[in-house]
Amino acid sequence: MRLEVNGTPQELRATTLSDLIDELGYEAACVATALNGHFVPLGLRGATPLSEGAKVEVLAPMQGG
Amino acid sequence: MRLYGTEIASRLLLGTAQYPSPAVLAEAIRTSGTAVITVSLRREGPGGGGFRDLIAQAGCHLLPNTAGCHSAQEAITTARMARELFGTDWIKLEVIGHADTLQPDPFALVEAARVLCAEGFKVFPYTTEDLILGERLLEAGCEVLMPWGAPIGSGQGLRNPEGLRSMRAHFAGVPLVIDAGIGAPSQAAAAMEMGFDAVLLNTAVAKAADPVAMARAFGLAVQAGRLAHEAGLMPRRDMAAPSTPIFGMAELL
Repeated sequence: MRLEVNGTPQELRATTLSDLIDELGYEAACVATALNGHFVPLGLRGATPLSEGAKVEVLAPMQGG
Repeated sequence: MRLYGTEIASRLLLGTAQYPSPAVLAEAIRTSGTAVITVSLRREGPGGGGFRDLIAQAGCHLLPNTAGCHSAQEAITTARMARELFGTDWIKLEVIGHADTLQPDPFALVEAARVLCAEGFKVFPYTTEDLILGERLLEAGCEVLMPWGAPIGSGQGLRNPEGLRSMRAHFAGVPLVIDAGIGAPSQAAAAMEMGFDAVLLNTAVAKAADPVAMARAFGLAVQAGRLAHEAGLMPRRDMAAPSTPIFGMAELL
């Protein structure tokens, strides 16, 4: 289905958030996720279904001030 | 110094952004003597793993920020993601009110602080020297306030020293950290002499010609300023007063 991941639209097979993390090759424990602006904890990704056009954010540690 | 019940060995908190290289950052952290470094989270790109290793090896407490958030909702979601990713409930809460001045949005800041404190976050709010705003943040559950010295990244130092002095007096006993706007070690020392508990800075070190040496300079300045505050500064006078005794002067004319 068509999903927007970190601002980039793409066609993915994933139907849950944890599938998406696997499909895109992220290390599950090294990123934090949000779906449509809401935080989804690591333990709930498997039970979080994705729907057409969903906006997913996958964030990692970065330098900050 | 204790922040949210945790003993912190250094009164200098250091940002990790804008350094010329990861090696320089790691060395600057070391020479500054800091015990708390600020971090952020951004869209995962190449090179993320290196930074994870670097912060793990720094051995500092991590203070994730919500930099760049312009609404309470964005900041709240970012804080929740940061808590999971960095394994800490500390959060430097920034809710920016204007993209040019980067000054805090006081209304959204209090709103976000209320939600996050209720969720068990230890909130370090980036605020102004406004006393009522400070009181609202304490009511929301914050135990630390972080007033700006000057706009973020400006290096202007303490732009409103009298206002900051009032804030220090008004919130006796509350840990106050000068966050943002510090450009030179002398400015950090001045903040510490005024009785602020700590200083948080980033650009002044990262953008110095020699960030490692500047990190050490700031570490020393913060120590000197704190020591001076504890020692008690002499009262200021409008007129001169001789330091060498007049008594016992010879008559030589």
